[in-house]
Amino acid sequence: MTETRQTPMLQVSDLQVYYGAIHAIKGVSLEVYEDEIVTLIGANGAGKSTTLNTIAGLLKPKSGSVVFEGKSIGGLGASKIVPNGLCLCPEGRRVFQQMTVRENLEMGGYCRTAAENAEALADVFGRFPRLKERERQVAGTLSGGEQQMLAMARALMSRPRLLMLDEPSMGLAPILVEQIFDIIQELHRSGVTILLVEQNAQMALSVADRAYVLETGTITMSGPAEELLHNDAVRRAYLGN
Amino acid sequence: MAFLSNLVNGISLGSIYAMIALGYTMVYGIAKMLNFAHGDVIMVGAYLAFCAAQYWGLPPLVSLLVAMAACTVLGMTIEKLAYAPLRQATSLAVLITAIGMSYLLQNLALLIWGANPKVFPDLISLDSLHLFGGELVIKGATVVTIAANIVIMVVLTLFINRTKMGKAMRCVSEDRGAAELMGINVNRTISMTFAIGSCLAAVAGFLLCSSYPMLQPTTGSMPGIKAFTAAVFGGIGSIPGAMIGGILLGVIEILGKAYVSTELGDAIVFAVLIIVLLVRPTGLLGKPMREKV
Repeated sequence: MTETRQTPMLQVSDLQVYYGAIHAIKGVSLEVYEDEIVTLIGANGAGKSTTLNTIAGLLKPKSGSVVFEGKSIGGLGASKIVPNGLCLCPEGRRVFQQMTVRENLEMGGYCRTAAENAEALADVFGRFPRLKERERQVAGTLSGGEQQMLAMARALMSRPRLLMLDEPSMGLAPILVEQIFDIIQELHRSGVTILLVEQNAQMALSVADRAYVLETGTITMSGPAEELLHNDAVRRAYLGN
Repeated sequence: MAFLSNLVNGISLGSIYAMIALGYTMVYGIAKMLNFAHGDVIMVGAYLAFCAAQYWGLPPLVSLLVAMAACTVLGMTIEKLAYAPLRQATSLAVLITAIGMSYLLQNLALLIWGANPKVFPDLISLDSLHLFGGELVIKGATVVTIAANIVIMVVLTLFINRTKMGKAMRCVSEDRGAAELMGINVNRTISMTFAIGSCLAAVAGFLLCSSYPMLQPTTGSMPGIKAFTAAVFGGIGSIPGAMIGGILLGVIEILGKAYVSTELGDAIVFAVLIIVLLVRPTGLLGKPMREKV
């Protein structure tokens, strides 16, 4: 553990992202070490999703660097980043509505071999028995919770070593939120490092090792999740008490 | 018997529309653009097949293959040079570019092959089919056209539903960003779509000129517009929609010309389109737009 602490698995340095003239991310730097759960919390529009989308390659940074496992991946393009073992499960699930559950999972393993996919599929069905039951069903007919599970399962099919989850609990009933967080912790136990973006700061901080607070495109606070959970400023701004 | 004969001819013409419509609908579904130069690729394909057969003395099947290969490359080149740089541009800019590309192809053809129409040689040497004791005669070209269309439909459906590239196309069509997150190379997928569409356009050009053997630089325009209509009729973006829309359009056109008015044949086709769109704005098989958060 101490050795891996030396070099972060993911190192984002001074990231600058623009949407046209709008300066959305103003010099964000963050690290994720192997075996951690790191969470990025902040209000609506703070730039959490933009940060994840940029790391995943959907957006091009104006400047700054993204280094994953020693390899510079900044501005590489999403399709070239996934094979490196870094995968984003996007906000709003974005499962392929017109494809079956099985096809969605197959697409998740697009950049892997057939043998790897067979193994990953067995693993995923073990974690999400509900998806196994619905294998032949079209994804658009699944409930919101099932679609979130499918989105996570699809991301797992690419066998990520670092999984980024963007608002996995959005729009779900409290009982499903608990279930999703249980799954996140289970994934973490089986060796997947996790970078989690959440508006549900209470839940996110309670499962995370470390956290960053993002405000209007800048990181304003960071530290062990436990500490932030009891920090007065954080409590007032994000935990509502 | 005359009705049956008209019906068969309608299905044959409709098969050609369907092949062209597939190119429109796949490009629309996957690249989210209307490639108005598609009709002119048909014309280029027909000219190339003509040259290969007439000037270079190649056998018909080889001529067709030459045209298919050349149009595949042409389609990918057009996409790479004209449309790919506009990926982030407004759809209007892409549309204007496509129209410009259409004129460019027509005028290049004018420059290379001249304005005088060429008579397309009879390359399909299949004997006519005599049915019902010789009462119904179906020309060889018609038989080949319908058969080719069936083969194309089956192969394309299998390709889209079963192969990795086909599934990747469906992903890109549904959600480009999510497709990229799967590791799908969107640019290559779009390029492949243009390749398939243009290859089918070459087949359509060959078959069109085998049935209607007059070839000039504007040969592709009208069938192109009709096929676009067929794609919208069936529901643009939908592959089965393009197939059904194309065949229905061909049948309506031929029957309209035979039984209503020869002059008004095209008017009837577009009138039917307007009625269908009034009742079903997304076309026959088009999926209504859904927004789900």
